[in-house]
Amino acid sequence: MTLAGFLNDPINFVAQWLTGLLTGWGFSNGLITVILYFIGILVLVVFVMLLDIGLVWVERKVVARFQDRLGPNRIGPFGLIQPIADIIKLVIKEDITPAGADKVVFNIAPVLAAMSVISLWAILPLSSKIFGVDLNVAVLYLVAAGALGTLSIIMGGWASNNKYALLGAFRMVANMVSYEIPMVVTLLIPVILADTMSVQGITQAQSGMWFAILSPLAFVIFFISAIAELGRSPFDLVEAESELTAGFNVEYSGMKFGWFYASELLHAFTFGGFMAVLFFGGYGGFFGLEKLSAFHWLTNPFIQAAVFIAKAMFGYWAIMWVKYSMPRIRIDHMLAFNWKFLVPLSLVVLVNTAILNKLLAGLPAWGYTLGMFLSNVIIGVVTIEILRAYGRRQHKSEQTLAQAMRN
Amino acid sequence: MSIPLSWYLILAAELFCIGLYGVLSRKNAIAILLGVELMLNAVNVNLVAFWRYLDPAQMAGQVFAVIVFAVAAAEVAVGLALVISVYRRRKTVVADEVDLMKW
Amino acid sequence: MTADKIIFLLIGVLILVSALMVVTTRKLIHAALWLVAALFGVAVLYAILQAGFLAVVQVVVYIGAIAILFIFAVMLTRRDMRDQGPQTRSNWWIAALLGLLILAGLVFLIINQPDVERTAAVIPAGVDTLRNLGTALVSPDAYVLPFEVASVLLLAALVGAVYIAGFGKKS
Repeated sequence: MTLAGFLNDPINFVAQWLTGLLTGWGFSNGLITVILYFIGILVLVVFVMLLDIGLVWVERKVVARFQDRLGPNRIGPFGLIQPIADIIKLVIKEDITPAGADKVVFNIAPVLAAMSVISLWAILPLSSKIFGVDLNVAVLYLVAAGALGTLSIIMGGWASNNKYALLGAFRMVANMVSYEIPMVVTLLIPVILADTMSVQGITQAQSGMWFAILSPLAFVIFFISAIAELGRSPFDLVEAESELTAGFNVEYSGMKFGWFYASELLHAFTFGGFMAVLFFGGYGGFFGLEKLSAFHWLTNPFIQAAVFIAKAMFGYWAIMWVKYSMPRIRIDHMLAFNWKFLVPLSLVVLVNTAILNKLLAGLPAWGYTLGMFLSNVIIGVVTIEILRAYGRRQHKSEQTLAQAMRN
Repeated sequence: MSIPLSWYLILAAELFCIGLYGVLSRKNAIAILLGVELMLNAVNVNLVAFWRYLDPAQMAGQVFAVIVFAVAAAEVAVGLALVISVYRRRKTVVADEVDLMKW
Repeated sequence: MTADKIIFLLIGVLILVSALMVVTTRKLIHAALWLVAALFGVAVLYAILQAGFLAVVQVVVYIGAIAILFIFAVMLTRRDMRDQGPQTRSNWWIAALLGLLILAGLVFLIINQPDVERTAAVIPAGVDTLRNLGTALVSPDAYVLPFEVASVLLLAALVGAVYIAGFGKKS
């Protein structure tokens, strides 16, 4: 029961201390287990919600800097109390339920949206010793939580009793369901490279080399489809304020809208976390550095958690960077981009990774890395050449058409 | 795992019969398809329960359940496409009213 | 009454109540949403049965795709935003009677099976059911043929659904 024990293995330390305390108070073993689970879930959810409040501040500051202004800086130092002010404003707003709306479904939709995102934090590993549960199908669980989020959007859009909300919800669901396919296919690539679907296994398999270096194309495709899944710009036609009057959440006011907004930000950060875990080594990935005795402190759970949060923050910042730099894409272009470009490309990358993983298995580590990286570069170059040839052909046909019309 | 196998089988039987009631008593074609989904889920619960309780090292039960997933998805897709197509022509989804071929 | 029995009873009640609401509720959208609840309960059941992969695939395929298809279909086939008239046929009591009779028959058969009160077989140590499932689905002396046939079936359903739902207007 020392500080070193806490620093090296916080969750077990606290669990043992609480077990000792509760046994002393006379609780039975089964009840203690249930109580410990509940306390663990509570701590995780509180941590995630506090993180969400911080993310509101981060988002507003970052968008301000991208737009060459300062962002909130009046309330509290650097505007840090701004999210609290936002929450108070949302809570005291009038809670309008539109006439003819389906009350139960209308109220459950934002709750379900938040639930689907918070449930993802059960499998994100903050460190090798701080995690919710080590599921052996964790990667598929990510897809399942996305499916629940899709359901909440349809419920919100339909229950609003509003044509535009329904239209926005249809488009959003079509978008999300379409982009699930390249996302699942590229999620399979870390699974192939690590030989396991568990996120702990994937993180530990990256202690030698990040998967983003072994397969950069997979990372790029996952990044694009993650942004589309989140419904953020440049794929946010369905809920942008100037299109379709904010889409499926037009009828939501006050704290219910706050829940949609907060869950979207948290979802973006969670995807940043997943990118960190699946492609950038998660809480580890120090290229074998931590095996040296001088760097043994890198295996401390708190250092690992800090590394993970830093990488997740970087992924979130990259998502925001894309959002605030690119214009919006039209819905038919979005879907055409997915079905005609991303799906075939991701399937090609998957087959390539699977074949090379077996062919290059005998090579030393640097040979394997080089082979995988080069194959991705080759696929990328070939794709760009195909696109250029297609563009040239289209340009030429347009030129001949313009000439024919002139004559 | 102290739950007897019969509990799972009885739960699956109850779910199957509720689905059967839904198929036989509902007017709307989509509601009938909802009942069919319940029946397929009951069958899957049965398969997975038998897999777990009899021989978990043999994968036949889980593979069968996976194939049932695929078949259910295919059936729902085609069934709903048919319902939507019928709705477009006849402007109704009540199963009884689709009776052009009756004499 | 151990903990897993309590959990099973709770999940069983959830599944059956949701299924009953699916087949009796008047508004079709509510029926689709109750179906989602029932499917989620079945997914939890799979997790209790230690078929974790099937639990997650149930959520992804049934809730994430099939339930959303149902909701879309309900929304696209209504003349206005309200359901009209009675939703069950006039001879619903025959269907209920038939359901109860079949349930009684099935329960009778189940109870009279020998060895039906058995508890779960032990999963042998070192058996990774997830890996075994993957190997069984693609191994030539296991189930690769049904797997490939299922994918052809899905392709046929995809093409058929797109064609039936009407690519262009057919008069």
